[in-house]
Amino acid sequence: MDFSAINPAVLLASLMVAATPILLAAIGELVVERAGVLNLGVEGMMITGAVAGFIVASATGSAWLGFIGAAFGGAILALLFGLLTQFFLSNQVATGLGLTLFGLGLSALMGQGYLGVKAPDFASLNVPFLSDIPFLGRVLFQHDAMVYIGLALVAGTYWMLKYSRAGLILRAVGENHEAAHALGYNVVRVRLLAILFGGACAGLGGAYLSLVRVPTYAEGLTAGAGWIALAIVVFASWKPWRLLLGAYLFGGVTVLQLNLQAVGLSIPVEILSMSPYLVTILVLVIMSAGRAPGSLGKSFHASS
Amino acid sequence: MIQLEKRPQASAIWTYIAPLLAVILTMIAGGILFAFLGNDPFEAIRTIFWDPLFGEFASFHRPQILIKAAPLVLIAIGLSLGFRAGIWNIGAEGQYIMGAICGAAVGLAFYPTESVFILPLMVIAGALGGWAWAMIPALLRVKFQTNEILVSLMLVYVAEQLLASVSLSLLRNPDGHGFPGSRNLAQYESATSWIDKSAGMHWGVVAALIAVVFSYVILSRHMLGFNIRLTGESPRAAAFSGVNPTRMIVICMGLSGVLAGLAGMFEVSGPGAQISIDFNVGYGFTAIIVAFLGRLHPIGILMAGGVMALTYVGGGNAQAQLQLPAAAIQLFQGMLLFFLLALDVMTNYRPVRKKEAL
Amino acid sequence: MKFTTFLTSTAAALSLGTAAMADDPTTVGFVYVGPVGDGGWTYEHNVGRLAVEEHFGDAVETVFVESVPEGADSVRVMQQMALNGADLIFTTSFGYMDPTIEVASQFPDVKFEHATGYKLADNVSNYSARFYEGRAVQGHIAGSMTESNVVGYIGSFPIPEVIRGINAAYIHAQRVNPDVEFKVVWVYTWFDPAKEAEAANVLIEQGADVILQHTDSTAPQAAAQAAGNVITFGQASDMSEFGPHPRVSSIIDNWSPYYIARTQAVIDGTWESTSTWDGIGAGMVGIGEISDAVPADVKAEAEAMRDALASGEYHAFTGPINKQDGSVWLAEGETADDGTLAGMNFYVEGITGDIPQ
Repeated sequence: MDFSAINPAVLLASLMVAATPILLAAIGELVVERAGVLNLGVEGMMITGAVAGFIVASATGSAWLGFIGAAFGGAILALLFGLLTQFFLSNQVATGLGLTLFGLGLSALMGQGYLGVKAPDFASLNVPFLSDIPFLGRVLFQHDAMVYIGLALVAGTYWMLKYSRAGLILRAVGENHEAAHALGYNVVRVRLLAILFGGACAGLGGAYLSLVRVPTYAEGLTAGAGWIALAIVVFASWKPWRLLLGAYLFGGVTVLQLNLQAVGLSIPVEILSMSPYLVTILVLVIMSAGRAPGSLGKSFHASS
Repeated sequence: MIQLEKRPQASAIWTYIAPLLAVILTMIAGGILFAFLGNDPFEAIRTIFWDPLFGEFASFHRPQILIKAAPLVLIAIGLSLGFRAGIWNIGAEGQYIMGAICGAAVGLAFYPTESVFILPLMVIAGALGGWAWAMIPALLRVKFQTNEILVSLMLVYVAEQLLASVSLSLLRNPDGHGFPGSRNLAQYESATSWIDKSAGMHWGVVAALIAVVFSYVILSRHMLGFNIRLTGESPRAAAFSGVNPTRMIVICMGLSGVLAGLAGMFEVSGPGAQISIDFNVGYGFTAIIVAFLGRLHPIGILMAGGVMALTYVGGGNAQAQLQLPAAAIQLFQGMLLFFLLALDVMTNYRPVRKKEAL
Repeated sequence: MKFTTFLTSTAAALSLGTAAMADDPTTVGFVYVGPVGDGGWTYEHNVGRLAVEEHFGDAVETVFVESVPEGADSVRVMQQMALNGADLIFTTSFGYMDPTIEVASQFPDVKFEHATGYKLADNVSNYSARFYEGRAVQGHIAGSMTESNVVGYIGSFPIPEVIRGINAAYIHAQRVNPDVEFKVVWVYTWFDPAKEAEAANVLIEQGADVILQHTDSTAPQAAAQAAGNVITFGQASDMSEFGPHPRVSSIIDNWSPYYIARTQAVIDGTWESTSTWDGIGAGMVGIGEISDAVPADVKAEAEAMRDALASGEYHAFTGPINKQDGSVWLAEGETADDGTLAGMNFYVEGITGDIPQ
């Protein structure tokens, strides 16, 4: 057993990449939930984004356009969820689960004919000068643009929720929609916008898998990443920075357990494979999660 | 413009019309989808909805609907109790797996002894397995305020790893030439839940029906049911009237765990036949949909479970006979859910034409 | 004609008068465990189905159901196919073994073919491919080309099929390169791109410059491409979109010849219950084109090994081979018997680490 084979810089660097898809999807869902809406359809929106992005990227030859297409794809699916839950006041848990079913079916139909096609290249940036810094350069500055966009979205969401007027309204709507309505805010409009944002982010997360990580098309290529994203939002107790922590922690434990296997540690593999989930639970217990947004999951109807 | 106005009380007529209308709308929308995919829409709809019930081979398909619906209903009944009280166990899939593992382990431990006591012991083990797995999120919630949604979901993945592990080691069939998977329990007389295979009857079907009645009685006639509803509708009123929230969580999570565990146990000793890496097929998650489709009401869940099962059986037929892709069936199921959920609004609200407020 | 026995044996309640006529085209059913769009295991079975359609034209009709869970659902799907007049049904996943035997007993006049299992019945055959022959060729290329002497291996589940592949690859890598070391990580999934990419990255970071995978996604190929100096092999399908580098060759599942032959046997009335385990020779295992990234001499050796395996003059498990604990498994010149290979649950000497139990 030789632990020196594990290079911490490389480990951290690959962690940043590994965390990106779930981070993207999770930051969108965080905004949705802060607006008081629980959308369990992240997996469905992710895979729809993955396929939509792949189709656009292979048609245009541009991964960037692919990502834009993915955001639209995810948002369109989210719109369906928004219409049902906001106008038809359908139950959010069931609608979200239905959305996953719908998204998986839709994406599979859309993806027919794209097997064995490779996505256009999406190069790493290798930020000049900075990427040459020892250790930090390797960890932080040799990634593709989406890694940084993911981080920027987290920072932007943090700022928006904490300092902007829009963030204040969003939180008000999420905490107490009756009161927000009484104050004259359009609860349904705010929530629809949040839901669309959530869908777009999930779409980006899915496209990161189909355009960067895999990057070919195969049915079901998100393989449950959406569920992990959902879990991480709760884990983060609806706080953007803790979301980052959660995504890295989860990815980190996964990467670490694979590393431990590769160096031949004699812990049973099944226990190592469970470890990301167990560690998530453990940390959750230690951190004792924060309170959920007051109106989370409840339908709003302006009955006055 | 048209606005929704809350009805003073739920519309009895719409309670029945809404699901029917939803099914009709799904058939129209689904028909368009199937036509778009190059199939005869009428034939496709008939294959999915009619043939399994009344078609040429209906006597073969009806038992299959029972087999498919039983675990869905059993799990959904348990979940609905918690959902009504605002306790979100979304990890029934994990509890289902643990019930199956524990139940199967007890049965396999006795192999090849034949005894009438084996199946009851397996039932107890399955129930305990599911219960114990549900108690983890319940106790963490009670002791540490940990969110039960997340913990129960994470435990699904842990249970899946355990399932893979026992399929490869502890419960592996010693006569299986090194291949993964346990012995076939359906072929082990004392350990099988089958009552009448050709009729699709196994103890899981019986248990599901008992659970429906049990839950109906509890919710409508029993103090516990009243407390559950009160906790869900108004936690503060519940606390005021002396409902102990800790007890509520432990009871609701426990019951849903027991029922999910039983579903897993009956499945593994009957239709599923053996513990294997891919034993679980998502009943625990589909049951959440079934619970809501049934409006968290026992009779509604029974019917919703039947409809879901019908779309699975009929969907499989449509694939085999009409070569509809599985994805189209999934899309179709999604549509059905959406229409049902959307039209549900009509039971509690009515559309009114309103002038724009000045 | 074909339902008479069934009628008497099972449900008398059924009215099956209109089922299957004698002059109908032969109907062949396929039960798939994944979607046909998975680009791997199920995709290749579906390629085989399409080959049957093309070969027989109007004389044969094929049907399939995809993403069928093992267990009760597979029983239902098989029954459905049989009821609708299928003459021959291929069930293409190990987990369908008991369901296949069960349904076959209900439909004695329908022929069943179960992939990768070991049970037989009068109307049930089983078939599988000697993928380990392809692994031997990969091992040779891997051992010859590695400069770090570290070969990474992404295992799905520790089952005989996967362990056989690891052993075959290791033996042949080690013969050309005594210093070679295999690092095996188990991901406990057949298809999860994110996790497979992770596993590949971990192995590359720990010095592997060859990645072998027994999982279905192309994520490890992408990870190797990003790393630059790492080679990989396609799995299940050719994955040629990642050639000529990092993908230098591949193992291709090729079920077409077998499916055509078995369908022909049903048409001719010569179908018999058999156990088939074919390799490169019968064309069930294809070696994808060895790309120019492989040095010419290595390529020639690999092709020679492929041909020797195909002709049967060389067996991929030829002694002397010891087990991991040093005990003798195969003496000099002795070849492994199929029984041991089928249930293989041990590493050969030289591989470090334990098989998860």
